[in-house]
Amino acid sequence: MTKPAPDYELVIEPSPRWIRIYWRELWEYRDLLVFLVRRDYISKYRQTLLGPAWFIVQPLLTTMMFVIVFGRVAQIPTDGIPGPLFYMCGLLGWNFFSQNVTTGATTFTANAHLFGKVYFPRVILPTAAIISNVVAFVLQFLPFLAFFVYYKFFTTAGVSLHMGWRVIFLPLILLQASIFSLGVSLWMSASTAKYRDIVHLNQFIIQLWMFATPVIYPLSRIPARYEWLVWLNPMAAIVESFRITLLGRGTLGPGVLTSSIVLTVATMVSATIVFQKMERTAVDNI
Amino acid sequence: MSASSAKPIVEVRQLSKLYRIGGIGPTSLRETAEHFFSKFRPNGNGATPRRTERQISPERAGPTPNTFWALRDISFDVQAGEVVGIIGRNGAGKSTLLKVLSRITEPTSGKAILRGRVASLLEVGTGFHPELTGRENIFLNGTILGMKRTEIARKFDEIVDFAGIDAFIDTPVKRYSSGMYVRLAFAVAAHLEPEILIVDEVLAVGDVDFQKKCMGKMGSVAKEGRTILLVSHNIALMETLCSRAVLLRDGSVTSQGSVQAVVSDYLANSELLDSGDLLHLPRLVGTNVARLARVRILDAAHNAGTDFKMGSGMIIELTIKTTGRIAQPWVGITLRTALNQQLFHCANREAGYELPPIEHDCVIECKIAAVNLLPGRYVLDLSLVDARGAIHDELSAAAYFDVVGSDVLESGMPMDHRYGVMYFESQWSVKNGVKP
Repeated sequence: MTKPAPDYELVIEPSPRWIRIYWRELWEYRDLLVFLVRRDYISKYRQTLLGPAWFIVQPLLTTMMFVIVFGRVAQIPTDGIPGPLFYMCGLLGWNFFSQNVTTGATTFTANAHLFGKVYFPRVILPTAAIISNVVAFVLQFLPFLAFFVYYKFFTTAGVSLHMGWRVIFLPLILLQASIFSLGVSLWMSASTAKYRDIVHLNQFIIQLWMFATPVIYPLSRIPARYEWLVWLNPMAAIVESFRITLLGRGTLGPGVLTSSIVLTVATMVSATIVFQKMERTAVDNI
Repeated sequence: MSASSAKPIVEVRQLSKLYRIGGIGPTSLRETAEHFFSKFRPNGNGATPRRTERQISPERAGPTPNTFWALRDISFDVQAGEVVGIIGRNGAGKSTLLKVLSRITEPTSGKAILRGRVASLLEVGTGFHPELTGRENIFLNGTILGMKRTEIARKFDEIVDFAGIDAFIDTPVKRYSSGMYVRLAFAVAAHLEPEILIVDEVLAVGDVDFQKKCMGKMGSVAKEGRTILLVSHNIALMETLCSRAVLLRDGSVTSQGSVQAVVSDYLANSELLDSGDLLHLPRLVGTNVARLARVRILDAAHNAGTDFKMGSGMIIELTIKTTGRIAQPWVGITLRTALNQQLFHCANREAGYELPPIEHDCVIECKIAAVNLLPGRYVLDLSLVDARGAIHDELSAAAYFDVVGSDVLESGMPMDHRYGVMYFESQWSVKNGVKP
């Protein structure tokens, strides 16, 4: 016989205006998070020839393309860092962000069917996508390490490369990148649920955003009149932080760093409000 | 029934849900812009004109144009351990009520209190991924439905057994036959152990054998003392499983109480045909001398309706308008399934009844003692000819009726459309000592 747990009472009513986070519920659905991450991983690589090796091949191909297009043809300087290493480092941070956002932005539209049939905390889906991408990040880190070792010990450029004690900050930067990308994902998914037009914009926004972020050029090369962009773009500080911790090269003032942290928190908080407002009735729209 | 002093496990109070017609708000920036600018137009009332998809009855119209109440002031209680059926025609608000109680969408006003762990099954196999194996999908689907990993691991063997797919458990489900897929999906759902289970018509899955297994499982779940809220069109299933029922009509509760009482209310109030007027229907043939003017399908007590219980009596009433004389009238009624399969042709002549000559408008009744049909929708074709030669009128799909399930044979195993179209009473026996 099952007796209702005395402490368990769920009240369904129109939500209050302010945010309310059901921590207990999120904790109860932790197993779902695990299986969603596993699903992402399996569904992506089952029946592929290379399997998880794609995690490594993809960024390598992008790096090669960048070396040719931005390094050789456009001749954009790389702060004295060997091109492949410079781009790979920038891509580590940027790919993590863009993949999180690309998946997260379609949370409502891609899962409309699921959302219409069963309840679970919706935020679990974009969160699962981010955790899957952390795994991808770790795998992509391996070829980067290989390149680093090569350039550090077998080329003359090695003298200027330092991966020192600052590496301990790497998890913190990744955490900030995760939070910021979750915030952006929630914003984008909430707006696509309301306005389908945004779907067409998202891809474009992310592309443009990459060029506004020091991925293919060093932060030090940004002209003074565009510096405000760096202050407004938390990703600029995040990508540059990756270079400082992993390569020992980069310019990042305390002002820009603080601004990026403040903006990350602000994005996350506002996104939670918008997302919660949307998730209550999103099913009626999608 | 539990003591009345205990708080009900489900308490629904004045629950209402307002929808926009078409179910959507402005979904493009352009629409929002139009909406915004329309406020500044002299005659603008702020609402974008929108194509209405169906006529909204005035009682259901919302406070602003283009809105309507899908649910309005719904209140009822469910005591722990009760199995409550929610009945209503399409569009009565059943699904919306389940969605609100399952937290898929939020109510506009009112509230519901659920005192226990809730699992809702609005569909089986939600979240199944084709690339994942049966094993992986059991865990994914189970956690989506709110189970813990340890709980699923504990019941894993039982689930696989129930589905009967042991050999394929490590095969991606995209290689499953649709039957296997559905069985696995239901097996996961059947092993949920919440205190409150909310179920939509998901039971209508699989082949007959598996269906029986599902029914048995539902019955045993109900007997375990779990609280179940069940929505189904299968009246027979409701009568078998539920102790109480709630009848929804146009978004409001019109009746609640014992399942028998509510089901008979439901059948009595099933919507009338649009007057059954036939004169406006298009015809291919006809003499204009005499016309079939009206058809009504009545139950044995002459109440009009479109829903009939399996095995109940039926009266088909035809009104004929004539300006001339039909010397030897033959009236024919052809019964077809919704898929156009002809079931039988029934006419006064074959029934051994000669109609008197028709000279004035008249009403003819055809009485059928028992509708031996399984649940489903059936369509009638009508014809009126003169044995001397003229086809006065001929109409296809002039009327329809629905047969709803009922355990007429009192076996505890209600039949439905998967068994076929018709049913016969049969006597069974065993003869011992018969040599081969």
